[in-house]
Amino acid sequence: MRNVLTLTEKELRTYFVSPLAYVVIAAFLVVTGVFFAGIFIGSHQATMEYTFQNMSVILLLVSPMLAMRLLSEEQRSGTIELLLTSPVRDIEVVLGKFFASLVFLVTMLGLTLYYVLLLTRFGSPEAGPILSGYLGIFLLGAAFLAIGLFTSSLTSNQVVAAFLTIAILLVLWVLDALTSMFGSSASAVLSYLSLSKHISDLPKGLIDTKDLIYFLSLIVACIFLTTRSLEARRWR
Amino acid sequence: MIQVDKLTKYYGERAVITNISFDVRTGEILGFLGPNGAGKTTTMRILAGFMPASGGTAKIAGYDVLRQSLEARRNIGYLPENVPLYPDITVASYLDLMAKLRGVSGKRKAARVAEVMEICRIRDVADKLIGKLSKGYRQRVGLAQALVHDPKVLILDEPTVGLDPKQIIETRQAIKRLGGDHTIILSTHILPEVSMTCSRVVIINEGKVAAVDTPEQLTRRLQGTERIELEVRGSNGSIVNCLRAVQGVLRVDTSDVDGRQLFLVECASGADIRAQLSAAIVHGGFDLLHLSSVGMSLEEIFLKLTTKEDIAA
Ligand SMILES: Nc1ncnc2c1ncn2[C@@H]1O[C@H](COP(=O)(O)OP(=O)(O)O)[C@@H](O)[C@H]1O
Ligand SMILES: [Mg+2]
Repeated sequence: MRNVLTLTEKELRTYFVSPLAYVVIAAFLVVTGVFFAGIFIGSHQATMEYTFQNMSVILLLVSPMLAMRLLSEEQRSGTIELLLTSPVRDIEVVLGKFFASLVFLVTMLGLTLYYVLLLTRFGSPEAGPILSGYLGIFLLGAAFLAIGLFTSSLTSNQVVAAFLTIAILLVLWVLDALTSMFGSSASAVLSYLSLSKHISDLPKGLIDTKDLIYFLSLIVACIFLTTRSLEARRWR
Repeated sequence: MIQVDKLTKYYGERAVITNISFDVRTGEILGFLGPNGAGKTTTMRILAGFMPASGGTAKIAGYDVLRQSLEARRNIGYLPENVPLYPDITVASYLDLMAKLRGVSGKRKAARVAEVMEICRIRDVADKLIGKLSKGYRQRVGLAQALVHDPKVLILDEPTVGLDPKQIIETRQAIKRLGGDHTIILSTHILPEVSMTCSRVVIINEGKVAAVDTPEQLTRRLQGTERIELEVRGSNGSIVNCLRAVQGVLRVDTSDVDGRQLFLVECASGADIRAQLSAAIVHGGFDLLHLSSVGMSLEEIFLKLTTKEDIAA
């Protein structure tokens, strides 16, 4: 566990020395902010529902950029050789990187609490939906980052990793639209795997255990696959 | 301290190293000498625990590099060939990070980082970003991270490549000073480098060990020898004596590969003594199963090595 924290700390430092981090945060805040203001002024409703919806789409584009460098750059520059020959387990490397990206995600989401503050100044929003909405968005972002971490273990090219992640996320997103093309049992599976099925209720602040399990198992599966992918790299 | 036994590594179908065996004794500096593409980096990566071998075993400080990988890795300081370092953090925080990852913590960590910065003469760049350093400084930072946890074993892959003559001399002196306290294996394709730094040399060519000897002996042997391999059935000791008695034989090594008893005979180049060898074996009453010239003589390997340097060290 100490190794994990050491690596998380290193990775966070790398995040915040790169301009990409600030560009991503700025873009995230600008886009969500513009939507938030537009909706708030237009609807006069003290709710985060539409802002959450909006965030989930932006996270789809932003998470691949946050995750792309994590393992691919280590492979490109060869630094992975010193990492994997240190007395550190592969899973510790993977978790260290993943936690760093989670801290970044939380920071980014934390800054949007300003919108909530504005809502409480000008209206009286319900706390429940906002809390569970944030939990949902966090899980969604974490799952996106886990997928991004996995693809960045597959290639030493950051751009390839980012596009591969976006492609996977888009496929997962539209999966339930494909259900009509398959038989009923296949379509049940597809629709369970589909991201959009599990996030449609999140902005309303409704979190089903089924959705929780979906995101958590997606994350665990990606962490597992990433670790295996690092191991396979050794065996190649 | 290091035991390497019949290591073999395949990349796909192709064997890059085959049956590499050698030992390194505690406190010794062993040179791993071979031309480019010989399999030096591959062997060192296996020893450092970066990738597993396809066959054979290696032990570091008594720990199997595959089955007791973490324990083995704790005892290793490794300097990879191209010195991969994180460009966007400072030298001091990089060494701090590597110390923590190797299990050094607290007061000892600060002391070790200061100590290796002293040993590697990088104190003056402690607060610089690694990406801004010259090649010479990068190399020293690479050596510093290999030393930071005070490992028993140092694995240095071509530690002087790309340095200027003055830096090369300094690096070699630094490595020589580290011998004794550390067991060192260093690879190079430069012949004079081993004579200057190492107490023993393993010559590797096309993935096979071609010779193991002291630098002085090797230099003598390199000047014109040819090698003949024989497979003979019979008592090992008397066969060696029988072969040694043949006119022109300089040296006889024996090995046992998959139950086959092999003899490697070295003789002066030019003198074809294959007929004399087979006659001696038959007269001695042994069964000669196989006899052939070994692909490349030490002399030819020697020609592929870099033998000249522009520096007067
Ligand atoms: N990842 C790899 N995949 C396939 N072949 C490789 C790989 N790495 C090295 N090789 C090949 O293995 C041989 C030995 O390489 P290496 O161990 O780097 O030699 P050296 O360090 O002695 O120059 C070379 O012919 C090289 O082309
Ligand atoms: Mg090499």
